[in-house]
Amino acid sequence: MQPTKPETELIRQDIHAYLQQHQQKELLRFVTVGSVDDGKSTLIGRLLHDTHGVYEDQLKAVKRASSRAGLEIDFSLFTDGLKAEREQGITIDVAYRYFSTNKRKFIIADTPGHVQYTRNMATGASTASVAIILIDARLGVLQQSRRHAYIASLLGIPQLAVCVNKMDLEGYSEEVFRKTSAHFSEFVGQLGFRGVTFIPVSALAGDNVVHRSPNMGWYDGPTLLEHLERVPVSETVNQTDFRYPVQYVLRPDLNYRGFSGTIASGVIRSGDTIQVLPSGKTTQVIGIDTADGSLEQAYAPMSVTLRLAEEIDISRGDMLVHPDNLPVVAQRFDAMLVWMSERPLDRQKSYLLKHTTRSVRAEVEQVAYTTDLETLKQEPAARLELNDIGRVTISCHRPLFHDPYRNNRGTGAFILIDSLTNNTVAAGMILEGEAPEARASQRRPVIEHPHSQVSADERSERLGQKGCTVWLTGLPASGKSVIAYALERRLFDIKRLAMVVDPDDGLSQGLERNGSSPEQTPELARRFTDAGLIAIFAYASPLSADREAIRSAVGPERFVEVYVNTSSAIRKLRDARGDYGPGHQGPIAEAPANPDIEVNFDAEDADEVADAIVKVLVKRGLLPSLYAL
Amino acid sequence: MLATAADLKPALDHHLSHLKQLEAESIHILREVVAEFERPVMLYSIGKDSSVMVHLAKKAFHRGKLPFPLLHIDTTWKFREMISFRDSFCAENGFELRIHTNKQGVEEGINPFDHGSSKYTTIMKTHALLAALRDGGYDAAFGGARRDEERSRAKERIYSFRDRYGQWDPKNQRPELWNVYNAKINKGESIRAFPLSNWTELDIWLYIHLENIPIVPLYFAAERPVVEREGTLIMVDDERMRLEPGEKPKLEMVRFRTLGCYPLTGALRSTATTLPDIIREMLLTKYSERQGRLIDHDEEASMEAKKREGYF
Repeated sequence: MQPTKPETELIRQDIHAYLQQHQQKELLRFVTVGSVDDGKSTLIGRLLHDTHGVYEDQLKAVKRASSRAGLEIDFSLFTDGLKAEREQGITIDVAYRYFSTNKRKFIIADTPGHVQYTRNMATGASTASVAIILIDARLGVLQQSRRHAYIASLLGIPQLAVCVNKMDLEGYSEEVFRKTSAHFSEFVGQLGFRGVTFIPVSALAGDNVVHRSPNMGWYDGPTLLEHLERVPVSETVNQTDFRYPVQYVLRPDLNYRGFSGTIASGVIRSGDTIQVLPSGKTTQVIGIDTADGSLEQAYAPMSVTLRLAEEIDISRGDMLVHPDNLPVVAQRFDAMLVWMSERPLDRQKSYLLKHTTRSVRAEVEQVAYTTDLETLKQEPAARLELNDIGRVTISCHRPLFHDPYRNNRGTGAFILIDSLTNNTVAAGMILEGEAPEARASQRRPVIEHPHSQVSADERSERLGQKGCTVWLTGLPASGKSVIAYALERRLFDIKRLAMVVDPDDGLSQGLERNGSSPEQTPELARRFTDAGLIAIFAYASPLSADREAIRSAVGPERFVEVYVNTSSAIRKLRDARGDYGPGHQGPIAEAPANPDIEVNFDAEDADEVADAIVKVLVKRGLLPSLYAL
Repeated sequence: MLATAADLKPALDHHLSHLKQLEAESIHILREVVAEFERPVMLYSIGKDSSVMVHLAKKAFHRGKLPFPLLHIDTTWKFREMISFRDSFCAENGFELRIHTNKQGVEEGINPFDHGSSKYTTIMKTHALLAALRDGGYDAAFGGARRDEERSRAKERIYSFRDRYGQWDPKNQRPELWNVYNAKINKGESIRAFPLSNWTELDIWLYIHLENIPIVPLYFAAERPVVEREGTLIMVDDERMRLEPGEKPKLEMVRFRTLGCYPLTGALRSTATTLPDIIREMLLTKYSERQGRLIDHDEEASMEAKKREGYF
């Protein structure tokens, strides 16, 4: 990194004065959004290059690679870090860049505009104080500009900087700039930013990025860098409401007990009375300790250790606050969620919710709407999928101590973690006001009878199969049981979980021998299927009404009908029970009209039949496709 | 007047300077990992970044001992001054130091001269690191890497998830928002945690200066025996250094901007003998710090490839 000219002089002549100046710099985090087409990478490359945030060897490497692409300097090469990104010429993930001037240190979260932009932009925006959006002067305000501004506002970024880029290609026209700004102002005016600044730039030519442009005399506002050096830095930190999530209990010896943490918001002074949540007990702060000594006061985002006057039982996840300024204490609340996982939201599933230093189990009770990112209109929805943004009601198993996100980023933000995959699946921002009354069917059990906390999807994820009932129907002695057990074995060998219900086992003893299943079978089949098992039934079940009863009990999507249609000659050969002996009249049977598969024993053995059934299960989506043999 | 730690106070009321913010963020990460993992460990490489990381850990758990051991992966090719610094530094502070060397590699005579920097690094550093982490049963390991060091690092999370083989999958990283970190892992998997992610080289030096943090003397210029190879100055640190026919070490005023294994680390001609001198030189240089690191130049995206295998 090379300093600017006057700084170079200062460094040469008086390094101590320079150090004095630089140890008191401020820190500004900003996010840049947009795609290569908008010139975003070029803008960042320009910013780094013109503030001397790039070293000679890095520049050389970039120049070498640029010349391969036929360019003098391809600024985007400064920012694309992964091999796959350079190979494909796209940005996949958020990258963090750093540069500094003598006033401030800057952290750029550089987010891609196309691939997974919602998830990545939300990530980059979560810590930013400023969002920079680029608009191509030739194209004017596009839908994606609105989308990016919306996400920036959703994540609570207070300041928006809009760079109207490629001004050189529009003849540096003031009119183009005014029109574009006016057009976009109208839209972003509704989004609640504290400040919106428009800057006409050409990232490629360097106009108004770091250096003032000689080509736009009509513009008297700041260059982008000047703006970044002046814009307020602390607006994302709530300075009024003291919130202290206890992170770690520091107990090095018997004489010292302190509560370590990072102040999420507000100010604490030695001697202040504080209240502990959830216990509600109050006491006084008698020391604000740091490794550099005790402080009279501390404020967000400092990391300190508090000593208290009384011995109160306090552990990680508790929160210390001022008794006259309390957060919301609630188990249910509404929030905006940004869904970040390939697996859609499952309302039956309980997720792990991490909020400050507290982790609790939580369910999403209902989805109120999703925001259509094309129109920014609210659309009714039942679930959220990857990159969806929606309003939901969340219900936690234990209360959270929170504030609305718009008042307090530190205590209004949370993430959801999938407890099976351990992935972070959503980012949440708590909304103001009480959550709507839960619908009776969705309310968490308070008086209601306890019910399973494990959803069907969780079971099927764990077992690698969907629960289903495989119903073998066919005349006596057609080989149903043999097939059933062969299928069970086959499934077991490929590590799936199945079981057989065979009329000849204990369950059905004492029943008439007409081949019908016992009365409770539909209920039994449903339970086995709910448990996630592949339940294989081997009843002759000659009446189609009986089979329909099973189908409707387990649901058609989980019911697989196998018609074992073995010829009478083979059946007689196989007849061990004497079904086809002398005096036999031939069973009456209503053959299935539309079985999932028809098999017989005339040509195939049981293993081949079992394989054929496995294929059907794969085709029906009940087994993963890798088992298609 | 030179600034001291006492001057490192808020620039304005209720407003932290950039170094104080970085410090607070690092302390938050250190405490969070210790609170949420069962067996954390801190990778200690003896370099300036490790010095800063350990200093921050002392601050995070002040009054007490560090609630985790330090782990040094000793390739046996470190500068001798690094090893003596390590031993006295850890002894003075009462740190629990664990040292791991790939003994099989030593027995097989793996060295940077015969095997090339890439293979040597894989065996003596990456494999050794993975074995040490596995043997220790550590579920979280702190590393002193910074995102400004190298471009694949720029994309790495503060909590970098590693599978049971220690591998990093850059295309499948967990989203990381605010300061809310996801610490959930299955048995055998682990997290590499990087408390210095948002620090730059300049921040590190300013902080060392302001906080009086001890660093290995090799960072300061002194007369040292070096040979020049392909424009890089290599220090002849012990008798194992292989000299080309006719090659003679000569004494030059040099210092190191980064430290690693001596045959793979280039020195700079310099007269900077104080921290302000070093910072001045660094600010005026035109080259990045990794330029002196031979292991990064092996192949394009070599750091990314190493990290995928389990390197820090």
